Amino acid sequence: MEDKRRRWGKFLLEVIVLAALFTVVQYLIATGLLNRYYQINLTLMGINIILAVSLNLINGFTGQLSLGHAGFMAIGAFASVIMTTLLGYPFMIGILAGMLAAAVAGFIIGVPTLRLKGDYLAIATLGFGEIIRVVLQNIDYIGGPAGISGISKMTTWPVLFIATVITIVVIVNMINSSYGRAIISVREDEIAAEIMGVNTTKYKVLAFVVGAGFAGLAGALYAHYFYIIKPETFNFLKSFDILVMVVLGGLGSTTGAVIAAAFITALNVVLQEYAAVRMIIYALILIIVMIYRPQGLLGNKELTRRSFDKIWSGRHVSSANK
Amino acid sequence: MSRLQINNLSKSFGGLSAVLNFDFNVGKQELVGLIGPNGAGKTTVFNLITGVYKPDQGTICLEDKDITGLHPYDICKKGIARTFQNIRLFNDLTVLDNVKVALHTDVPYSLTTAVLRLPTFFKGEEQISRQALDYLKIFDLDKKKDEIASNLPYGEQRRLEIARALATRPSLLILDEPAAGMNPNETQELMKLINWIKEEFHLSILLIEHDMSLVMGVCERIYVLDYGQIIAEGTPQEIRNNKRVIEAYLGEEVE
Repeated sequence: MEDKRRRWGKFLLEVIVLAALFTVVQYLIATGLLNRYYQINLTLMGINIILAVSLNLINGFTGQLSLGHAGFMAIGAFASVIMTTLLGYPFMIGILAGMLAAAVAGFIIGVPTLRLKGDYLAIATLGFGEIIRVVLQNIDYIGGPAGISGISKMTTWPVLFIATVITIVVIVNMINSSYGRAIISVREDEIAAEIMGVNTTKYKVLAFVVGAGFAGLAGALYAHYFYIIKPETFNFLKSFDILVMVVLGGLGSTTGAVIAAAFITALNVVLQEYAAVRMIIYALILIIVMIYRPQGLLGNKELTRRSFDKIWSGRHVSSANK
Repeated sequence: MSRLQINNLSKSFGGLSAVLNFDFNVGKQELVGLIGPNGAGKTTVFNLITGVYKPDQGTICLEDKDITGLHPYDICKKGIARTFQNIRLFNDLTVLDNVKVALHTDVPYSLTTAVLRLPTFFKGEEQISRQALDYLKIFDLDKKKDEIASNLPYGEQRRLEIARALATRPSLLILDEPAAGMNPNETQELMKLINWIKEEFHLSILLIEHDMSLVMGVCERIYVLDYGQIIAEGTPQEIRNNKRVIEAYLGEEVE
């Protein structure tokens, strides 16, 4: 009973915080306080969070180094645009088609490649990501290298917000369950996991498919914000951008992935004014973080209310000692 | 009827036959020891039984059902659990979560239920936590449930590994050098514990051990392996006086 009440209390608090965040940003957009430039970056931030959190499921929790995330994003983007712009279905159908197509691609690529380990898997997924891009470039129906333009802008703040929240909630809930523990056990020790009854191949593929599906969601949102999509946008450098966010936040930390994705997007905005030295500063920040926090900003820990309580009580104790 | 029955099992790596024409059985609630000099092929036998390696020939049956060549996770579900010579815990997970992973063979809720956080999920998690804690209590680890597994002292890591194996609800528990690195007191305690869990959970136990006092003390029957072949089988008393065993361990007597 006690547990149940605490659970509802926590749930209510989360809903209130999220509703407040949503309303404040909605207000800023409606009143024009957040200009178009910042709105673009806000959208990018949401998309990056979806990408980082979903890649973290594969790289951080399952421990399978994948470098093909941009490929799944591309599939989601093109599949959704085919449904909306070319075939005239509503946006919702486009999003679902994008997620489904990316998840199916994740399954097809995951089953053979997930037998590989470590570096080999990284190279195989990198290769598949590039194959996806090249294949897309050679399909005339979707415009070849020129891609598709004239996509109506449908990724509004409410859509973006809901999509981001759903991504985080689904992945967090998945990880904090028996299925999530099975996934993490694969990262920890594959042989021990198998002996304990965990079908490791099944859980690797599951994580890969779910991660790919959400990358597809990010692709769909991206396509319906920027008017035009080209296969070239989703090259391997895009995959590395996402990987950097995951590593910076800490492999195996969802809150870390969210913070790092938001931080890197914001950093790009700030550095926009110093175009000449932008990449140098960006690289320096990454190097410094990796030297002083090789495990990433949060390591594999999560930032929760309890960790704030801990920091707070820690301060309390140290000030009492003075 | 015996619980584990192995017939004519062989496995070679390249030209080296690690296990050759191995015949073996473990009865219901029997505690059997497998001993032999270093490199005799003991751990290979364990890896064959648990599906880590696939045998070249021969059959392995559990409760008269053929389990030869199954995947390790299927063999686990059929009722064989094991520990490892060099401890293999899930190091970054808490003590409690280590045991919870082992309870995954029988999850009381679906993935969709977990994602949607339906009431069945919370009930199921509560049940899993309670069960996991019960296993920890047996090994006196319940007070350390929230510690990270790799931070435990060595002896406790060994005990946690046994707790985790037990949580898969096996009918046959395989222990690969459970007393390695323990002092005589801890070994004594462990012997008592092994006997107790055997009775409590109606288990058959198969163990590899180098500590002869433990082997002779708890095992009802002992097999001796040398160069991949069984050279002797019998009660501890018989093994102690077996000429071939003494030769394998100490070498032949000088005339």
